[in-house]
Amino acid sequence: MELILIAVGVLGLIGLSSALILFFASHKFAVYEDPRIAQVSAVLPQANCGGCGYPGCSGFASACVKASADGNIEGKFCPVGGQPVMEQVAEILGLAVEAQAPRVAVVRCNGSCENRPRLVQFDGARSCRVQQMTGMGETGCAYGCLGCGDCVAACQFGAISMDAETGLPVVDEEKCTACGACSKACPRGIIEIRLKGPKGRRMVVLCNNKDKGAVANKACKASCIGCGKCVKTCEKFLAITLENNLAYIDAEKCKLCRKCEEACPKGAIHAFNFPPRKPKTEEPAAPVAAPADVPTAAPAEAPTAEKA
Amino acid sequence: MKTFRIGGVHPAENKLSAASPIRQAALPKQAVFSMFQHIGAPAKPVVQKGDIVKVGTLLAEAGGFVSAPVHSSVSGKVSKIDSVIDASGTRRQAIFVDVEGDEWEETIDRTPDLVRLEARPDLDAKAIVEKIKNAGIVGMGGATFPCHVKLSPPPGSKAECVIINAVECEPYLTADHRLMLEKPEQILVGVQLIMKAVGVERAYIGIENNKRDAIALMKAKAADYGVEVVPLKVKYPQGGEKQLIDAVIGRQVPPPPAIPISVGAVVQNVGTAYAIYEAVMKNKPLIERVITVTGKTLAQPSNLLARLGTPFSQLLEECGGVPENCGKIIGGGPMMGKALLNTEVPMTKGSSGLLLMPVEESGRGKTEPCIRCAKCVSACPMGLEPYLLSKLASNKLWDEAEAQDVVSCIECGSCQFTCPSNRPLLDMIRVGKTTVMGNIRARAAAAAAAKK
Repeated sequence: MELILIAVGVLGLIGLSSALILFFASHKFAVYEDPRIAQVSAVLPQANCGGCGYPGCSGFASACVKASADGNIEGKFCPVGGQPVMEQVAEILGLAVEAQAPRVAVVRCNGSCENRPRLVQFDGARSCRVQQMTGMGETGCAYGCLGCGDCVAACQFGAISMDAETGLPVVDEEKCTACGACSKACPRGIIEIRLKGPKGRRMVVLCNNKDKGAVANKACKASCIGCGKCVKTCEKFLAITLENNLAYIDAEKCKLCRKCEEACPKGAIHAFNFPPRKPKTEEPAAPVAAPADVPTAAPAEAPTAEKA
Repeated sequence: MKTFRIGGVHPAENKLSAASPIRQAALPKQAVFSMFQHIGAPAKPVVQKGDIVKVGTLLAEAGGFVSAPVHSSVSGKVSKIDSVIDASGTRRQAIFVDVEGDEWEETIDRTPDLVRLEARPDLDAKAIVEKIKNAGIVGMGGATFPCHVKLSPPPGSKAECVIINAVECEPYLTADHRLMLEKPEQILVGVQLIMKAVGVERAYIGIENNKRDAIALMKAKAADYGVEVVPLKVKYPQGGEKQLIDAVIGRQVPPPPAIPISVGAVVQNVGTAYAIYEAVMKNKPLIERVITVTGKTLAQPSNLLARLGTPFSQLLEECGGVPENCGKIIGGGPMMGKALLNTEVPMTKGSSGLLLMPVEESGRGKTEPCIRCAKCVSACPMGLEPYLLSKLASNKLWDEAEAQDVVSCIECGSCQFTCPSNRPLLDMIRVGKTTVMGNIRARAAAAAAAKK
């Protein structure tokens, strides 16, 4: 009995003295941290995806608080939380925040197995980066989707998946936070973080092929051949530019008139999330473009078989 | 018998074409000259569509110091300057020449007579390097590093000996072997020229012991030229520059940024030595080379002396055509070569072989989990840990991969060859190596910018 009392007493004393030491140490060596950092951090999504360009949510929070000393947090944006979260952050910091239109990842390739036949078979590690290093890939297109799913692996939100039929990644617009991880993972730079557009409606050139028209045309049925017809139809708004044999639609300028979609001889321009057209106009004009809910993407396959 | 110290493997040799003498391949109908036939800056075209060119006419000049000019290997008319898919599987700028006749530049000496070094006392080191540079000669073993750069040692380093790489450690390939048997004296004069260019007295020719006839012949001739023949044990990748230096003179090149000249060695391929002889003594730019066209199912495995720019399809036709069960056509040897996208790829300065693999041998086996047997570690000739490097690369741990010296990898493929689980080790290591090298360059650029 006595032994137990001694043990309890000794342990109690040790505990008490340690508590005292810790108590004084925590005051003596306390590091001041702006309490707003914790507050900002609390409203962030805590996905730590790095989509904002900072190392995780707490890094973004410190950066916001630091920038608020200068009176504005311009240029800082949490793509995952979007506008509501940024408003909360601004409120904590006592600042105004500019409205940022929502964005979404778009796979700019439509070289499905049907549109772009495989010429060779890639036999190496299933990774787009490895395939990219072997050159062209399995098809004749040096710019299209390689189809190994590096973007799928990069997405933390489960918003991108491979369509087994087309061999192309498909973005789930509901889940996509526009963090840009897929875009960085793609060795061919096919995935673009684009303005989502009103009601999700947008016009996109689903091709990334910068080869000359003849080469691009041979490689894929749905490639942009740089003919410039779409540029002409858009003379009024100047939203479409043609660079390196590839048309690009500037989402800021696009008025969603869909004239370019009709003008494209290859069906490379797609309209996303528009209500279905009356069958009369749709069938002859755009055989490829199915104004579907899902941004279909496209492409392709992979490089050539290669031996290490 | 000598060999290198660390690692190495011994794949089946399969030197099917060792007994077939070099024969001249027919002229192509159209020759295609890629501007990327060497490591470094691409060549810049100096001809235009419609220009008439002869054999040996300059088509494109060097795009920088580490670069090489390209000469026409045929006579005819430039039909277009466009792009072509080359053996690396990438679309590259290229000059297309429609062949008409076979007219050579008059400056080229086409007689078969041997010109000895003693006959040309006017040649000094500078003149030799200049001629090599203007002839567009690159490393003919496959690395295609511009030859004149290697022969211009950076200030502060001193060459002590020349090592000629006649190892031909890649299975199947026999181009260097046949060249030694048929042009031994020309090669030896070429070696003398290299020795004079870098100012050394000693030269070695490293030959693997599976080419005994070549060793005997070169030994008989080499004494007169002050060159020593070193027979080497058969082991892959003995033809790697660092492995060869270790095997022949027993010195190990430290990790990058050290280069072979840091240990006093200048290594050149035996094909390069022959090209140097032709360029300096015969005024003939690099317009043709010996290529081994081989494969177990090919009708006639051969060694062809073919003009650069000839499409591979034509070389295959000359050797009996593509057999039915061909699964893969590799440009180069089976270990380091690269599968071709199509057979219209034109031959370049680095094309040492064309290998047809039957379907049953062309696929990789099913990838299984790593069983930690460490065979890859034993096989790595650079003393690296391939299983670890590939894991680090697939987990994107670039800094750790850098600490594990991933940039020292010579991409010989011994690890992948030896792996019982068929793991794509080299694929992932290459990803790691490219990324780490990019990081190193970015850091250097940032440091340079900060200095300013």
